[in-house]
Amino acid sequence: MSLASTAAAPRRDALAGRRPVVAILLFALLALLPVAVSLGLPSHWLTLVTRAMIFGIAALSLDLILGVGGMVSFGHAAFVGIGAYATGIMITEGQTEALLILPVVLVICALFGAVTGFVSLRTRGVTFIMITLAFGQMVYFLAQALSAYGGDDGLTLYERSTVLGFDLFKNRIGFFYVVLGVLLACYALVSVIVASRFGRVLRAARENATRVSVTGFHVSRIRLVAYVISGMIAGLSGFLLANQTEFVSPAFMSWPRSGELIFMVVLGGVGSLHGAIIGAIAFLVAEDVLSGWTEHWKVIFGPMIVLFVLFTRGGIVGLMRKLGIARHD
Amino acid sequence: MTEPVLVLSGLQKAFGALKVTDGVSLSVAPGELHALIGPNGAGKTTLVHQISGMLRPDTGSIRFRGEDITGLPPEQRAQAGLARTFQITSTIPSLSVLENVALGVQARAAHPLALFRNAARDETLNAPAWAAIEAVGLAERAHVLAGRLSHGEKRALEIAMALTLEPAAILLDEPLAGVGREEGERLIALLQSLKGRYAMLLVEHDMEAVFALADTVSVLVYGRVIASGDPASVRADPAVREAYLGEEG
Amino acid sequence: MTTGLLIVQILNGLQLGILLFLVAAGLTLVFGVMDFINLAHGVQYMLGAYLAVTFVGLTGSFVLGLVLALAAALVIGLALEFLVFRHLYERDHLDQVLATFGLILLLNQGVKMIWGAAPLSVPVPAFLSGNVALLDGILYPTYRFALIGAGLAVGALLWFVVEKTRAGMLLRAGASNAPMVSALGVDINKLFMIVFAFGTMLAAFAGAMAAPILSVEPGMGDNILILAFVVIVVGGIGSIRGAFVGALIVGLVDTLGRSSMNDLLRLFMSAPSARAAGAALSSMLIYLVMAIVLFVRPEGLLPAKGRA
Repeated sequence: MSLASTAAAPRRDALAGRRPVVAILLFALLALLPVAVSLGLPSHWLTLVTRAMIFGIAALSLDLILGVGGMVSFGHAAFVGIGAYATGIMITEGQTEALLILPVVLVICALFGAVTGFVSLRTRGVTFIMITLAFGQMVYFLAQALSAYGGDDGLTLYERSTVLGFDLFKNRIGFFYVVLGVLLACYALVSVIVASRFGRVLRAARENATRVSVTGFHVSRIRLVAYVISGMIAGLSGFLLANQTEFVSPAFMSWPRSGELIFMVVLGGVGSLHGAIIGAIAFLVAEDVLSGWTEHWKVIFGPMIVLFVLFTRGGIVGLMRKLGIARHD
Repeated sequence: MTEPVLVLSGLQKAFGALKVTDGVSLSVAPGELHALIGPNGAGKTTLVHQISGMLRPDTGSIRFRGEDITGLPPEQRAQAGLARTFQITSTIPSLSVLENVALGVQARAAHPLALFRNAARDETLNAPAWAAIEAVGLAERAHVLAGRLSHGEKRALEIAMALTLEPAAILLDEPLAGVGREEGERLIALLQSLKGRYAMLLVEHDMEAVFALADTVSVLVYGRVIASGDPASVRADPAVREAYLGEEG
Repeated sequence: MTTGLLIVQILNGLQLGILLFLVAAGLTLVFGVMDFINLAHGVQYMLGAYLAVTFVGLTGSFVLGLVLALAAALVIGLALEFLVFRHLYERDHLDQVLATFGLILLLNQGVKMIWGAAPLSVPVPAFLSGNVALLDGILYPTYRFALIGAGLAVGALLWFVVEKTRAGMLLRAGASNAPMVSALGVDINKLFMIVFAFGTMLAAFAGAMAAPILSVEPGMGDNILILAFVVIVVGGIGSIRGAFVGALIVGLVDTLGRSSMNDLLRLFMSAPSARAAGAALSSMLIYLVMAIVLFVRPEGLLPAKGRA
């Protein structure tokens, strides 16, 4: 596991030469899915995997703060919901242009992240979990109170977004590749951030905040920046989700959604970014299969989560490492 | 004599009724190795916490390079060039030795928090980090995760991390505690090699090491400095012998 | 708003505060003593209510049904402690959050399978069924007074146990320094189990007492759990006094906010927009209170000693 055995250590960092084999494989498989559908795979899979990739973006963004930064946020669905609502409201008001909707989504999510993050990050541990949960609920209740935009019942959209006037999102395969492209871009962005100077400080602060601060870094400010970036990416997934479901509702940000996002991250393997994507896909496929069997699928799913926590460590990516498929960090 | 780098004047700190720091004044000159000794519970670590900014003194002032830093948070003291090590070693376990040290280099770099530039391949960070790693004799262990180092190696790593801050003063909180004899000798040699280049405040229990290394020795008992001076005169001080040396042999 | 209505709203706020206190007290002790975050605490409140529905229905007696419901809730709580929770004490918060989240999914759905998705209720016991006349001839249900009284009595008992008995001393010591308590030779596992059982009973008691006035439905524990979190954050983790003060603040602010926000906003906007904005604002009010408290005192209003 360690590199101690390399006696004459090369004068470069061990991380520098790593190739993300699993991630490349994952994206290649995703890119081929529409081909499989054209060869006879039920087209239901196209919708399911599109949705899974959208949640993959949200899980990826959560992994940046939870896995990399060590902040267990239990209110992450709020960002997804805010992104979805901003999109839904603008479309309802007749503005479908994605290039206008997206900046609004990103700015609102950044502001919400900055304000709630500033307050939440004054605390650590259990209190942080509770506060992020409470802020998430706050947005949930706010959405319920938005009677002009559906209130409790949610808001049905009669149009999808357009890009520079083109109906890029109408075609199912086209939309699939748009989502895949966004997912890939987000994965690349988060990977670059994690490997950057900023990312190194964020990782270090997860393990030893005191050391990082006596080294000369303002830890909570760094965490806040990560929190805001993460919220903006989650908002982006909300934008895509509203477009896919053509419907937004307060349920998008109810706290079980935040719990599910955490489970996706843990299922894939905390801190491994492609793990979050794999976790999201595994989660949605499992949900799809189980709910096909019985309407009471949560009775099966709940204990599965409990057993998973009690008996596994490191999630799916950890399991792949044990089997020698993926490399160690 | 040149202007001291670090000056403590009249520091007081109490936890409830317990005075842990009771009017401590001392100074460290450039290049001086000032050792602080005292029995357990004398308040040595609490004092180091106050100097590094992790605790606020109730009264008194801390001046560093001529500036009053009494109210500054730890990160600003570090940026001003005040480095420290911890009694219980404090590294980043899942980062490699090189990355741990590069973290310190990064703190002093032009863009310490650049968002998009790869840090691991960054020679402007790695080159100074290598220099510090070589200075403390850890070059062969550069790619080992810090969590897997031996105790003495972790101590050396902490010193390397302190060096990368280009410090004007280093606070060393019991760097020899819990280290075996052989590693201890290596660490003493390391401190000897740094002597004269940095102002150092060394808190230490190992008397042999203290009297071998220190230019000045201060004795802290119940939060109060009862003696201060060159090693020979402190060793001869009857109050010290009674309060401290006598009881520890 | 008339004085009479204001009094009614204050009583409603007190009553919500008391329920929150009962739920939050157990939760804060478990956090404080075990450093364990139990999301399933809200489900235990829900179970208390459902068990009350069943046992009051079976026995025809509210008091007997309440006692049986508490006993059954305790059995279920201890079974969960044995099967799941005790394996989580040593884990990090992330594992605790996830595993107890899994339990919520299971129990919410399980309740739906056993009792159905439709809201149920428990009849108000006959001996508490009347009303009490307040000012201006406004009536207030006797049962709600009884609930406030019972909650205050339990609170006083809790205060006595925690502040005045040896077991309570261990609890308080454990809340600020668990290793020290185990160094004193106390069997920590046993202490944890007792604390946990205690918290379960309090939550189930709150649920059972709420059953005659709130609709008993799946998921009813989720909202109260979040409010209890706000209470704990406001009051300070591990502190019973903090939970009490926090619960009253949250109960009163939420109730009074919801009832008076409309009137307040109508002073400077039209009725429909006041209604819309009022609904939005009043639902956010307690979270704003929480944010302000955190901003001023990140450790909460009355943190457990030695924990700040």
